[in-house]
Amino acid sequence: MKKTYKIDVDCANCANKMEEATKKTAGVKDATVSFMTLKMIVEFEDGADPKAVMPVVLKNCKKVEDDCEIFF
Amino acid sequence: MNKKQKKMLIRILAAAAMMVLLAVLPVDGYLRFGLFMIPYLVIGYDILKKAWKGILNRQVFDENFLMAVATLGAILLGDYSEGVAVMLFYQVGELFQSYAVGKSRRNISDLMDIRPDYANLERDGVLEKVDPDEVEIGSVIIVQPGEKVPIDGIIIEGKTALNTSALTGESLPRDVSVGDEIISGCINMTGLIRIRTTKEFGESTVSKILELVENSSSRKSKSENFISKFARYYTPAVCYGAVALAILPPLVRMLFLSLSPEWGDWIYRALTFLVISCPCALVISIPLSFFAGIGGASKAGVLVKGSNYLETLSQTRTVVFDKTGTMTQGVFEVSDVHHGTIDSDLLLEYAALAESASSHPISKSLQRAYGKPIDRSRVTDIEEISGNGVTAKVDGHLIAAGNARLMERLGVTYKDCHQAGTVVHIAIDGTYAGHILISDLIKPTAAESIQALKRSGVKKTVMLTGDAKRVADQVAAGLGFDEVYSELLPADKVAKVEELLSGKNDSEKLAFVGDGINDAPVLSRADIGIAMGAMGSDAAIEAADIVLMDDDPLKVAKAIRISRKCIRIVYQNIWFAIGVKAVCLILGAFGIANMWMAIFADVGVMILAVLNAIRALFVEKL
Repeated sequence: MKKTYKIDVDCANCANKMEEATKKTAGVKDATVSFMTLKMIVEFEDGADPKAVMPVVLKNCKKVEDDCEIFF
Repeated sequence: MNKKQKKMLIRILAAAAMMVLLAVLPVDGYLRFGLFMIPYLVIGYDILKKAWKGILNRQVFDENFLMAVATLGAILLGDYSEGVAVMLFYQVGELFQSYAVGKSRRNISDLMDIRPDYANLERDGVLEKVDPDEVEIGSVIIVQPGEKVPIDGIIIEGKTALNTSALTGESLPRDVSVGDEIISGCINMTGLIRIRTTKEFGESTVSKILELVENSSSRKSKSENFISKFARYYTPAVCYGAVALAILPPLVRMLFLSLSPEWGDWIYRALTFLVISCPCALVISIPLSFFAGIGGASKAGVLVKGSNYLETLSQTRTVVFDKTGTMTQGVFEVSDVHHGTIDSDLLLEYAALAESASSHPISKSLQRAYGKPIDRSRVTDIEEISGNGVTAKVDGHLIAAGNARLMERLGVTYKDCHQAGTVVHIAIDGTYAGHILISDLIKPTAAESIQALKRSGVKKTVMLTGDAKRVADQVAAGLGFDEVYSELLPADKVAKVEELLSGKNDSEKLAFVGDGINDAPVLSRADIGIAMGAMGSDAAIEAADIVLMDDDPLKVAKAIRISRKCIRIVYQNIWFAIGVKAVCLILGAFGIANMWMAIFADVGVMILAVLNAIRALFVEKL
């Protein structure tokens, strides 16, 4: 299952770091973050509940870049 | 500028003013230090905070940390003004970057400003504005002059001129009237029209295009992946380099050369290292170049599904065209009936009825030439033989309509045609009854587009077609194709493209251009699939990597030139940014480059690279 989320972040490298952090989150199969469109596309693993995974994704992203936001 | 940016601008101006004041103020010692700390904290407090948080989260090597260490280090060494200046210019760079990115985001979303906000439904004689999402298929909507067509449909009343430039880049308006299919995203210019919708909003052209463009930056190119990987190793590497530069040379001087260690000098050099090391210029300018390139392309009516495709397109050296619908208009006209054993009109009638179930352009032209409504009840047992034709029972007669292969298959002796065009042979109850000549008009820009491709560095142009060899050769020679393969079935086209793919060098890419009808497998098999005239054809938009909104073959060359320009800018930025940084690092290590040069290597390069990246947006003159 793929879902797209709007994000807010200030620098391109931070967006890359968010992508890395999201990919490493349990329940996430793959993720791409586009700094230019401020969007995050998350592909969830089968059976993973986006509602449960996304808060963890946000927490992990906050760890690598404090000044970021994901709208879900 | 948004609120955040305005606040930053005020901080920058305040800090800069204080700097100027402090430069002329004759103060010394602790007072001087104290006074310099004011602009430093004004401009840098958030960086220091972020750096501290980064350390707490074990994410040490980010720009904030680099800047914090470099500036604090400079201040500890007594270079107050340089320390504050580095922070100040770093923030200027960040502000510029965020402004430029925001600007190009808006620029590109304005380009794609085709999203309709409402649809006009007529209820009990009163116009009502509703969300396009709520309009069901088959509803009648009204589009007034100046409004956008919100949903695909067919005109049932009124005539007007449509401005399609947002979709196709074509500035000439298109005249439409009752019975014409129109697609969403066009702007109604002159008259009021009523449209019966044929699709839901979500399935309409405008939604498909927006979805495509919005998702395009998620397919990252090799260059982008290279840069994010590079940034991941480069920053820590430079940091360790800086530590080594601060410690090793003084130790060597002290222990082996018995010279004074000059700690301050080497630490200063190490700090310039840190300032130079920020990878911002690269990480921002490369995706920005692609984003601008894709935006510029969509302005020209070329939709690119991802940065990776733009990159591949720029390496295209072979372009394969499907003839029908790309080089020719795909509008077939019956031009003659030859060797008819029965009346020509009756022959045409049988052919049209036999082909009545097919949506192939040839069948459509037969039906048009027949001119009367088709009575399907007269036709039974329709059997389509792919690449050959059809057989069907019409009024009790077994009609076979198709090419020479069909006649051979049925064992019917046929007469060949000497004129260029597509020939539909007809057999009635197993006896030859004559043939219908159908010709397809070559597009006016077809020959020019092949020339343009050659000029843009394409080495080989190939034409594939299901047509007879004689016709194909004639057309190909007239247009200037290098190679032509004719009499191909749809499956043969895939095989031919695979053969061409294996026959070429890996670094040279092959593009296939089709009209999206029947060639989806080839579109996806080629390195780059380009579908043209895709307005309204979902299959083409799905299968292709690049979609040309109108059906002008010249756009293929234009798309290639746009991609070349974009990739050229990407490489310029990569080499320029890495080059300047490398030179400054070396100069810094030898103590030639000071902090000011380091600031240029960081902020200056970033600003230049961003400005260069934005150039990719301008594609009109290509």
